[in-house]
Amino acid sequence: MLVLAIDSATPVAGVALVAEDRVIKEIFLNYRRTHSQTLMVMVNEVLRETETSLADLDGIAVTSGPGSFTGLRIGMATAKGLALGSGRALVGIPTLDALAYNLCMFEGYICPLLDARKNEVYTALYQGQGGQVERISEYRACSPSELVEDVCSRGIERVAVLGDGARRYQEHMESLGSRVIRPPANLCLPRASSVGLLAVSRLQRGESDQVHDLIPVYVRLSEAENRLASKRL
Amino acid sequence: MDDVVILGIETSCDETAAAVVRNGSELLSNVINSQINVHRKFGGVVPEVASRKHIENISGVVEQALADAALDFGEIDVVAVTNRPGLIGALLVGVSFAKGLAYALDRPLIAVNHLEGHIYANFLENPDIEFPVVCLVVSGGHTSLVYMESHGCCEVMGETRDDAAGEAFDKVARFLGLGYPGGPAVERAARDGQPGIYQLPRVYLDRNDFEFSFSGLKTATMNQWNQLKRKQGFANVNDLAAEFQAALVEVLVEKTVLAGLTREVNSILLAGGVAANGLLREQLASRSREEGLRLYRPSMDLCTDNAAMIAGCAYHQYLRGETAPLNLNAYAGLDLL
Ligand SMILES: [Zn+2]
Repeated sequence: MLVLAIDSATPVAGVALVAEDRVIKEIFLNYRRTHSQTLMVMVNEVLRETETSLADLDGIAVTSGPGSFTGLRIGMATAKGLALGSGRALVGIPTLDALAYNLCMFEGYICPLLDARKNEVYTALYQGQGGQVERISEYRACSPSELVEDVCSRGIERVAVLGDGARRYQEHMESLGSRVIRPPANLCLPRASSVGLLAVSRLQRGESDQVHDLIPVYVRLSEAENRLASKRL
Repeated sequence: MDDVVILGIETSCDETAAAVVRNGSELLSNVINSQINVHRKFGGVVPEVASRKHIENISGVVEQALADAALDFGEIDVVAVTNRPGLIGALLVGVSFAKGLAYALDRPLIAVNHLEGHIYANFLENPDIEFPVVCLVVSGGHTSLVYMESHGCCEVMGETRDDAAGEAFDKVARFLGLGYPGGPAVERAARDGQPGIYQLPRVYLDRNDFEFSFSGLKTATMNQWNQLKRKQGFANVNDLAAEFQAALVEVLVEKTVLAGLTREVNSILLAGGVAANGLLREQLASRSREEGLRLYRPSMDLCTDNAAMIAGCAYHQYLRGETAPLNLNAYAGLDLL
């Protein structure tokens, strides 16, 4: 089974070609947010260098959010165009699921945090066990202090934190003292290969998304919708 | 030469649109998914809301355009997309989608300037328009006079220094409580009123150049309304709307005719969303006739944003070999070319 995975949900842009048991090529770029210019060039490079055509693929995977609103749409619009034009299956993978999967060998709680600006992070709590991760809380946007409180109130004694939110709100993480585990930098940001491997699992379970129905999970309303909602209250 | 079938995609503002055009003028399908109702509750286009709607709608709109044209993706020769100017987040949805689609189909991609697209709405219906021409591009984002020597050879003679004409319509309509979108709302009110009962300025700036300014007219309209209310406790909104529309249209028409005569062209073109305004269409037609100029106007449904004009414009770019690279980006910028 072959999957092309695309990710531009955060400041990282990534493209990978994976099979069920191997990563064939991966490009990871954490430098400047010019995703709209780099993403298709990276797709082309991955396919060309692996002598793969879109017709060889079983699916095209993309991070489905949360993340930067524009970044998510660049990735998803690209994936939709590729899927519609090639007739390949489209598979959306939640950004936080993919990030947590980087630490799937970790036995314990995993907490990916994406910088959501406005002093908030997008986050969810996962449990890692024997190469699998399971999400045990909702996707949400909250302040780093709320997150710290949540970890404390759950009585969690060991949690691995990762993502650009964990770096941005380092002091908050440090307030958790020895309960916090910080993975090395190569595991801390979204990897297209993780997106691809999770997509392989979904495809193996017979799951995929309709091109017309897949939309980003923003977690947050737009500013204008927020204002409108607060006016109505 | 073989037929060239182009799929056009347009997401620069609040319409998700796709169309299929053969050889630059044969319209095979034209699908427009308008977000007007979504944005009405906000009183104007909200960029983030528009972008969210585009990603929800784009693949369905494109597939509908293919279905209406009774074609398979394999029968598309070229993919064209608007990449400037417009709302950046909205443009990026169309550009990213088009890049993925063109790549998957192994077809060339053409990047089209939205304003040039508007101009080409005229060539869709009249492929044999003789150059040179002068075109008035007038919409919610633009008011420009463009001189075209030949296909793809555009020179901006002048443009608005502040508000675009459509923007002035929107702002005045909102101020007078006439509703959204402003152009049709003002036009409706003006039909029940009469110009000349109230007096508003015709802002020509310099009579001999081709620059526009509508922000002063907008302010004068608001001031007059406030004054009338204060002094008389009453003002007729229809009469004021009629005078505002007449003042704005007169400047557009006279500058356009003058531009045509100055450049000694035979034909003038009207393009853009405001080209759907009835008074503008009428006045420009009668003044052109008086001055011996031939006037081309797109039919009403090709005035507002659509992808047929993008595919039509792309045809001429394709003939010139202007294909876009994989690193094509979108630009909010207002420069015509
Ligand atoms: Zn337009």
